[in-house]
Amino acid sequence: MEFSEHIKTANVEDVVLRRPFHPPMQGTLCVTGHHLLFSNRDGDSSRLVLLLLRNIDAIEKRPSVSSGTITLKCKDLCVLQLDIPGMEECLNIARSIEYLSSLDIVSDMYPFFYRPLKLSLQDQWGLSSPEQNYAQMEELQDRWRLSHVNKDYSVCPSYPPAVIVPHSIDDETLVKVAKFRQGGRFPVLCYYHRKNGMVIMRSSQPLTGANRKRCREDELLLQAVIDGSGLGYIIDTRSNQQAQQARMTGGGFESKSSYSCWKRLHRQLERGKVLQESLIKLVEACGDHSHSVDRWLSKLENSKWLSHVHTALATAGLLAECVERDGHSVLVHGSEGTDATLLVSSLAQLILDPNTRTLDGFLGLLEREWLLAGHPFQHRCAHSAYSHARLRLEAPVFVLLLDCVWQLARQFPLAMGFSEPLLLRLAREVYASDYGTFLCNSDQERCAAGVKERTHCLFQFLLKPSEREHYSNPLYEPTELAIWPSIQPQSLQLWRGLFLRWTQHAVHLEKAQEELRNLVIECRGAS
Amino acid sequence: MMEHIRTPKVENVRLIDRTAPRKAMVGTLYLSATHTIFVENNPETRRETWVLHSMVASVERPPTTPSGSHLVVHTKNFQVVQLLIPQERDAMDVQASLARLSRPEKYSELYCLSINPNANKEEREESWSFLDLQADYRRMGVPNNLWVSTPANSEYRVCDTYPSELFVPKSATPPVIVGSSKFRSRGRLPVLTYFHQDTLAAICRCSQPLSGFSARSQEDEQMLEAIMKSNPGSDYIYVVDTRPKLNAMANRAAGKGYENEDHYANIKLQFIGIENIHVMRNSQQKISDVGELKTPSMGDFLWGLESSGWLKHIKAVLDAGVFIAKAVAEEGISVVVHCSDGWDRTAQACSVASVLLEPYYRTMKGLMLLIERDWVSFGHKFSHRYNHLEGDPKEVSPVIDQFLECVWQLSEQFPCAFEFNERFLVQLHRHVYSCQYGNFLGNSQKERRDMGLRERTHSLWPQLWKDRAQYANPLYRADHTQTQGILRPNTTPYCFKMWKGMYNRVEKSSPPRQTPTDLLTAVREETQQLEEELTNHQERIAVLTKADQTKGNAGQRKINKVCEEECRPGGLAPPTGDGPFTSPPQGYSPSQGGPPGSAMTLPLGPPKGPGPDSDDLSSACSDMESGVADLSSHSSSGGDDNKDPDEAVYCTA
Repeated sequence: MEFSEHIKTANVEDVVLRRPFHPPMQGTLCVTGHHLLFSNRDGDSSRLVLLLLRNIDAIEKRPSVSSGTITLKCKDLCVLQLDIPGMEECLNIARSIEYLSSLDIVSDMYPFFYRPLKLSLQDQWGLSSPEQNYAQMEELQDRWRLSHVNKDYSVCPSYPPAVIVPHSIDDETLVKVAKFRQGGRFPVLCYYHRKNGMVIMRSSQPLTGANRKRCREDELLLQAVIDGSGLGYIIDTRSNQQAQQARMTGGGFESKSSYSCWKRLHRQLERGKVLQESLIKLVEACGDHSHSVDRWLSKLENSKWLSHVHTALATAGLLAECVERDGHSVLVHGSEGTDATLLVSSLAQLILDPNTRTLDGFLGLLEREWLLAGHPFQHRCAHSAYSHARLRLEAPVFVLLLDCVWQLARQFPLAMGFSEPLLLRLAREVYASDYGTFLCNSDQERCAAGVKERTHCLFQFLLKPSEREHYSNPLYEPTELAIWPSIQPQSLQLWRGLFLRWTQHAVHLEKAQEELRNLVIECRGAS
Repeated sequence: MMEHIRTPKVENVRLIDRTAPRKAMVGTLYLSATHTIFVENNPETRRETWVLHSMVASVERPPTTPSGSHLVVHTKNFQVVQLLIPQERDAMDVQASLARLSRPEKYSELYCLSINPNANKEEREESWSFLDLQADYRRMGVPNNLWVSTPANSEYRVCDTYPSELFVPKSATPPVIVGSSKFRSRGRLPVLTYFHQDTLAAICRCSQPLSGFSARSQEDEQMLEAIMKSNPGSDYIYVVDTRPKLNAMANRAAGKGYENEDHYANIKLQFIGIENIHVMRNSQQKISDVGELKTPSMGDFLWGLESSGWLKHIKAVLDAGVFIAKAVAEEGISVVVHCSDGWDRTAQACSVASVLLEPYYRTMKGLMLLIERDWVSFGHKFSHRYNHLEGDPKEVSPVIDQFLECVWQLSEQFPCAFEFNERFLVQLHRHVYSCQYGNFLGNSQKERRDMGLRERTHSLWPQLWKDRAQYANPLYRADHTQTQGILRPNTTPYCFKMWKGMYNRVEKSSPPRQTPTDLLTAVREETQQLEEELTNHQERIAVLTKADQTKGNAGQRKINKVCEEECRPGGLAPPTGDGPFTSPPQGYSPSQGGPPGSAMTLPLGPPKGPGPDSDDLSSACSDMESGVADLSSHSSSGGDDNKDPDEAVYCTA
């Protein structure tokens, strides 16, 4: 594709850029296929501001006779303003931004063009494969096997080529189970609890439909999961009523009569549009500086964002509790099993498993539980909180995960190996990135688009020695124990680092973080 | 007080953990003259819970159940102790005794006056000279050629709620001082409270003028004129009336009110809109209810927070301080602050402004001095506001609570700017209510002098100072940019949070808490010790080297290695073990129990009897709550030396 078709005006002089924390700056604005480039030469020093067009969520233009103002609202919640001389130029630039910021062909996106000197396309893409993950967990290998039934993505398009299933269940059975689960997402193992051998499984809803259809293979598979341990729990991330209603559209739930050894618990987690609207309301509340304390609190409540954080952590706590304290295996699913399911299963793993709390371990968790497990990033993160575009498949499930992880890290400042800047970086990269990691909706799509050959991997980059320190928690002290978060509303807080990122408030807090880091380094150095 | 104790001891009492009602400790309840003490039966732990009578706000007795009678004790610092007493009769006795013991009728019944003043005479006398208010005025550069000390109020002649020593403009003559005083509510004339050396602007405080609809006083007008002239180069002053304008206008009908801008040349009147003590009292009740909600939904919580109005009031107080600080530091304009009587909202606004303006007031000693000046010396009615004696409930209001909370909100916004931590503020708050020291008794300097408190009680300040290690904010550095100059806080509503450490302490026991600053403090202490050790070793090496040159180097290396090994387990030990970290989760599902520990209990030996001598009870303080259990025990300076007796009461950290 030729980007130049869409760039009528490539350069404008004497543009004024206004952005948070900086005085207005005058300089030259330049539009390229993927960036806005703003440069200003002040004597000898020249300054360059580079903005990825993909980061722009909404654009508002106010043209007047001889000039115009463009307000850019970015997906990282930053708001910028450009004063452009010349109405024609202003409109041309606005049009280019509108078009180029919402490209939807994957191979046109910037990660396919990003070629930094320090990185090579020959570098490893991704951190680990299902095979490697399986090989590392020797304890589970006598009861669990690695199945390649999905090696060509034909059984479940959103699963990776290899998944872990009970030893006694053969591939033929899996194919049948897949037909009984929405999108072919049959139950697979996502976590093995070393202390007691219990597991966390995840899947999509069973397609029982209005006639309460059964699938013997599905029942067999779940029976094999709890082999010997007697009772398992199913955490359904929908309310009981929602689950009942799903039967009308072909979905459903595991009934007591067919799955007698499984106890179902319903915990309603919001998803989709409700979640997206919650984010929009929260960001709107944070951006309005004029109102009173009462109005702020009422807007904060009205956005319901913190309620979603609360429910997600509470459900993850419940799941972890079933596994660690009650000693039962758990299956998690909602309807599609690609959103709330992943949110709950990955938070529970952070609570239980110290290996997922290191920097490497956390990124590994994201790779396993979000990228390979088929969270549809491209659909969910097409737009963020400012966009006026009609909502389609957008939902900030991943941002909600990061917020919950931040809450965990805030309650256990010593337990996590990674830092708040890592979470903030991920929150930005998931919407607009130089790297290919969050492109596409599944492993299959990523392979088909050549993402792994033609883009660089964000996770590999974050683990480079040059980056590692910044994203590590200076206070980190590993603990083998589970970290049980307090889910009292009084204990949960607005994530100021993200939602008030562009206010002076966040700057003070950041300085304090820096001070803390320096002090620890100083103290450790001294002793 | 002993005569009020009907039952000194009740056995088989259960102390209920409110976060996990089915878990309870069984033990014996003792009532002493000063404390209620619960001692667990379990011979291994024998945890103790102490509640000082003067901290008790209320004792409720819900209807008796088959298993016995419950007593729910709410304290003035928002903690809750729930007891289950087998016999209804005992419960009624305990309730009646506590009701009486917690509401003393005379000052002499108070803790600090019930101890022998001559037991530690020297220490007592010394304790009162710990702070020197006059030295603080000198630090500000007062007196100088603009502001002078006046003897007008010696023996409290012009105003019995003011300190005897006052600073006024040099040009204010005695007739002006006396005349102005007569024109102000309760004689509280405009006097200096803070002088900003950089701009020569001053903060003065007073009460409302007796202006009514038309009255005026030439002397009072001259007084304000003199204040303006004491700031060379400025041609007006601000008069900040911290009340809502409507309230100020209503006061005119009673012959009071505010300054008429037509009569006073060169003043700019500014209303701030801090609500009165009654509104604040109700609001605090509501926010403390929010803090006590057991399993609220997020919606309930936020709605409760909003409808309490508390954060709105905190913002109003902070906004008042910001306005004054800006006028003084940025515009270089002097400010006269008043409300009605000038002892509540005025104290809040002036002291918040001082914290913003002057880095010194963000240190421990500075904050003590500030409280001593703007609150104690200027006649804030501590005994009335904090209900020290059984009195008019309408006089009670959390005025200084709000000031301390403003400081806390600021410290959350500027984590490096304050020398002290949250614990310091919580402790100050406690002592405003506890009456264990004489500092906050009475309602004015005159009352305190007449009671002879300096001769009969100890001062709190040196005690806090002695324990300063546990109140230190490790992020504070005197040379940090945040530490210097004036603070310019953001007062956008989203900057205000509920003060969980104050209003939601019940819950503290349940989540395993780790605080980075606690860790850092411990690391620092550890480092310091190691450095000292290293120095010692090096000195010894130096000696040895002299004796034997060849072996010196080897010795040095070895010692460094020892230091490395020692550092890890000590300084940065993970919060593991069977402490709070393994606490079972709570609240995910209703059937689950709570954690074993409670914030309010101490795993200690048998009681040694209450009173200022039972100091060592505080030793295991921080472990229950912070999740950094083993850290505090490593820092050797966490000392056994004389600690605050009140910490025995609650293991607040």
